[in-house]
Amino acid sequence: MTATGIGARVLRTEDKRFLTGTGRYVDDLALARATYAYFLRSPHAHAKIKSIDISAAEKMPGVVAVYTGKDVAESKVGGLICGWVVKDKHGEPHKAPPHPPMALDTVRYVGDTVAMVVANSPEEAKDAAEKIKVDYEVKPSIVDLAHALDKGAPQVHAEAPGNLVYDWEIGSKADVDAALAKAAHVTKIDIVNNRLIPNAMEPRAAAAEYDKGTGHYTLWSTSQNPHVLRLILSAFVLGIPEHKLRVIAPDVGGGFGSKIFCYADETLVCWAAAKVGRPIKWTAERSESFMTDCHGRDHVTHAELALDKDGKFLAFKVETIANMGAYLSTFSTAVPTYLYATLLAGQYTTPVIYANVKAALTNTAPVDAYRGAGRPEATFVIESIVSKAAQELKIDPAELRRKNFIPSTAFPYQTPVALQYDSGNYPPIIDEAMKIADYKGFAARRSEAKARGKLRGIGFSSYIEACGLAPSQVIGQLGGGVGQWESAQIKFNPTGNVQILTGAHSHGQSHETTFAQIVSDKLGVPLENIEVVHGDTATTPFGMGSYGSRSLAVGGSAIMKAADKIIAKGKKIAAHLMEASVNDVVFENGTFKVAGTDKSVPLAQTVFAAYVPHNYPLAELEPGMDENAFYDPANFVYPAGTQICEVEVDPDTGVVEIVNFTAVDDFGNIINPMIVEGQVHGGIVQGVGQALLEKAVYDSDTGQLLSGSFMDYAVPRADDVPSFKLGYKVTPCPHNPLGVKGCGEAGAIAAPAAVMNAVHDALAPLGVTHVPMPATPMNVWRTIHGA
Amino acid sequence: MYDFAYHRPKSLADAVSALKGKDEARPMAGGMTLIPTLKQRLAKPSDVIDLGAIKDLAGVKVEGSNVVIGAMTRHFDVASSADVKRMIPALAELAGMIGDPAVRNRGTIGGSIANSDPAADYPAAVVALNATITTNTGKHAADGFFKGLFETALKDGELITSVSFPKPDKAAYMKFRNPASRYAMVGVFVAKTGNTVRVAVTGAGPSVFRVKAMEDALSKNFTSAAIKDIKVPADDLNSDIHGSAEYRAHLVGVMARRAVDAANK
Amino acid sequence: MTISVAMTVNGKPVSGKVEARTLLVQFLREHLGMTGTHVGCDTSQCGACVVHVDGKSVKSCTMLAVQADGANVTTIEGLASSPDKLHPMQEAFRDNHALQCGFCTPGMVMSAIDMVKRHNYQLDEATVRHELEGNLCRCTGYHNIVKAILAAAPAMKAAGV
Repeated sequence: MTATGIGARVLRTEDKRFLTGTGRYVDDLALARATYAYFLRSPHAHAKIKSIDISAAEKMPGVVAVYTGKDVAESKVGGLICGWVVKDKHGEPHKAPPHPPMALDTVRYVGDTVAMVVANSPEEAKDAAEKIKVDYEVKPSIVDLAHALDKGAPQVHAEAPGNLVYDWEIGSKADVDAALAKAAHVTKIDIVNNRLIPNAMEPRAAAAEYDKGTGHYTLWSTSQNPHVLRLILSAFVLGIPEHKLRVIAPDVGGGFGSKIFCYADETLVCWAAAKVGRPIKWTAERSESFMTDCHGRDHVTHAELALDKDGKFLAFKVETIANMGAYLSTFSTAVPTYLYATLLAGQYTTPVIYANVKAALTNTAPVDAYRGAGRPEATFVIESIVSKAAQELKIDPAELRRKNFIPSTAFPYQTPVALQYDSGNYPPIIDEAMKIADYKGFAARRSEAKARGKLRGIGFSSYIEACGLAPSQVIGQLGGGVGQWESAQIKFNPTGNVQILTGAHSHGQSHETTFAQIVSDKLGVPLENIEVVHGDTATTPFGMGSYGSRSLAVGGSAIMKAADKIIAKGKKIAAHLMEASVNDVVFENGTFKVAGTDKSVPLAQTVFAAYVPHNYPLAELEPGMDENAFYDPANFVYPAGTQICEVEVDPDTGVVEIVNFTAVDDFGNIINPMIVEGQVHGGIVQGVGQALLEKAVYDSDTGQLLSGSFMDYAVPRADDVPSFKLGYKVTPCPHNPLGVKGCGEAGAIAAPAAVMNAVHDALAPLGVTHVPMPATPMNVWRTIHGA
Repeated sequence: MYDFAYHRPKSLADAVSALKGKDEARPMAGGMTLIPTLKQRLAKPSDVIDLGAIKDLAGVKVEGSNVVIGAMTRHFDVASSADVKRMIPALAELAGMIGDPAVRNRGTIGGSIANSDPAADYPAAVVALNATITTNTGKHAADGFFKGLFETALKDGELITSVSFPKPDKAAYMKFRNPASRYAMVGVFVAKTGNTVRVAVTGAGPSVFRVKAMEDALSKNFTSAAIKDIKVPADDLNSDIHGSAEYRAHLVGVMARRAVDAANK
Repeated sequence: MTISVAMTVNGKPVSGKVEARTLLVQFLREHLGMTGTHVGCDTSQCGACVVHVDGKSVKSCTMLAVQADGANVTTIEGLASSPDKLHPMQEAFRDNHALQCGFCTPGMVMSAIDMVKRHNYQLDEATVRHELEGNLCRCTGYHNIVKAILAAAPAMKAAGV
């Protein structure tokens, strides 16, 4: 390992600009003659728009233009799309109601876009928007997921009768029912996976400019995947040819999934930029983010686990209703199916599994992928029911898990729910976690807490995740509308420094450092001579962007492939320069050598020769040192781990305090441990947020978002969480060249179950078996007093 | 935010005259509530009279057995005042629990009290310590000053100049924070002076209120045990997604007992 | 209502004409082009906008530009003494990987410096966590931010800043 290569704790390249206030986020952009957009949002959960009068607004000072849904429709702007066609249990494609970027005659959730004002300043745009008169006929609405599919529930879209988007299943129901019927023990749970609002700290923003002379559009967007956004806008929504639309995602302040999707706002900003002939900027206010960013999770689930008398899992049955919100967002349909039900084996050998998922429309903001996307929901179901079974059977929760782990000898392991796990070794992970968490000392800590009037509990969560969605052919067969490969280009400059162009996008994940480490390690180029370029469709090769913990496993592998091509070419140049046979040339530490001699040529010299080909095999070789690669993985990668959470509950107030938190993960090989730790910390806290604090609440009568600001939606603060204890075990991924898995989502996937299991353990002496998530003080107090 | 005319008077008299005759004018102390309200376009004042430049409205002084705090004294300055810490440490602690450090650097006692936010902390101290509120036109006793939700006994054009807190024998404030906003979901200030005990609750109801039953029990026996069976009725308490009225009623009891224990330490 | 304001920002005198309703953060970002100070919410809670006004941390989204007339304002752009010499708090954030997307970072750093000074360079973990009540971060889980601030306190003392 070199000081800056793979495995090294290298400080981040990107930090200096962020620490000195010189990062460049979309809202920081200074555009000459800019105008500002403000969107008028629906105040109703469901209403017919009888009329819109914009005449007064148009006369307001500073107003450049006012648009309504009619203008958008007349411009032949297409609807926003759902890019994943899920086929229901009868093989029929899911119901796909239209999603106009601006409401035409009906609004379907509080926040639905009704009109757009473009003005010389944001305040003037907002002043004018207040003068728009909309005559609504309010209709009955449904926001409560548990009743969305009830007979007689208000209809969100005529195209989806009964609000049902699909009724989907996986696994054999008959086999599972048979096993449940004759099992020695069946554990049952009914749980709600609370709805979350992602809340990346940078609100979504967009800016667009149209060049009349060339017909070119430039759209700056807070996007996790600028190429995919361009593809959607070009091919489906705006019809601007791809080569006439440049999408730039500059510094982006966090995404967590919420910035994957193609939203109405950026679509309309781009569309209107040509109409007004001036650049348009738009930045969401936080309250708009709460209303209109895609939300996450929101499942209602019943599950049953069959066990034999020794605690071996025999069968697992899961029935889930998943909320889609009022419209189907970009990848919404895949989240509760292929990213959820296929994970239900967890780390266990459960031989038969059946899952049924019904996706429902409601009068709420669209729901789509949020950090973990389906996998936290799956882990929560599995790890909740396993801990409950342990409690019922009076088996130690670690022991019950260990008894059912897939043995390390069984890999590759085919689960009954489609996935084939490539690698893993679970028992050493839980052993290490228990050691770090001092599981043995827990009983003493519990008694000590009791003496202080506190109820102490401990909870496990052993998760598996599938990330780095792949391979493209399988994704296509399952209805996914895009490929799942990643691109990379390694471009040497004549003086020997390097640009890595990637189709992945960093919005906090540190690609500028990690990707440079890979190239530094592989090609022996000093880190300071490497720059990572991302986020601009005009400069980087087409790529899929960053989500689903894919950047390193897929994008990093593409970089490795491109680096191999650089080495192969360099070898030929070096052979020529050293007058040796290519077969005799080896590459070590940045230098080409002729094996068994002292002849050598540094890579930089081959690069120079490639750009100044005076002494160069031009007959066989093109000049230049610039290689690109596309990598389509053979399989998902399968990180796994165990978290152990220890809590103390104050029975008088219901307050839950996390007093210890351990996470041991297997992410395969690690490029930069410092960065991985940071990803785990952040993931855990989002998971803790779900477990203890966060919940999106709509008023069931009015459909208003009651948790519409940080005043009512509790995002974890520093004093809500402790410092964390982390550990690693490594089983390298066998099918990608770096041997890496993914680490971005793991913390958030496992933590809710770890925390809730700890809360349940703490309250078990009071006879409590279920606390609704989040375990807020009031929920805990109510449960204790209802118990 | 709607635009407005801005004034920055240098004296109280100028501030009073700037307010005079303007029905839609609003005085601004620290602005920690007013500015967010304006940003959300929930208020549309014609004029904002910024009291920030009136130097003699800020500062802490001791007058006999009273601590007198100028209306424009920032929360940070109350929390760190040696006089407040010595005379009424519970009051300094309360000031140090308001908002966050940046808010405490701007927010003022006068602004907090004049606003009568149901979840503000200071009203509990004012009522429990039986403070006297001095304005440009006169004085108000604590009881009766807070009339309801965002409503006080202040008349139009009347500005708080200072608040005088008598030193208690014992006092403590216990706050249960709303998990999201961190405002008081329930805050209980308990103060004992001689044989008189006052228990003031903020956050739980539409406005700060006293709990007579607790006061009576505590004046006989100032221990948490004395109030362990006293329940506050939930009927008129606030209810929201973080705390039902029943939960708040329960928390009043818990926080009151903890405040008594803390006062006795 | 248009008002002239003049103040010192990062040691340099600046002035401009603003509306009464212009927030200090808008003046910094839109009038002065100093976009290091961020806006992450509209309810004065996230702290991405924290700057120092006359040496004290303030949420610049909850202060009018006119209120800062005559004041001495320090922003994230004014901390490093030269492009190569970061403030010890900036250094500590980098050394401890206390930032990921960077959006909350300016406010975190400004709050952290104010915190260290108010506590006379003496801090423990619980105090740091409590003092960060007004700053939200969604990436780091706070773990490394806390570590950075604890590391920066003695470094600031040693550097005399």
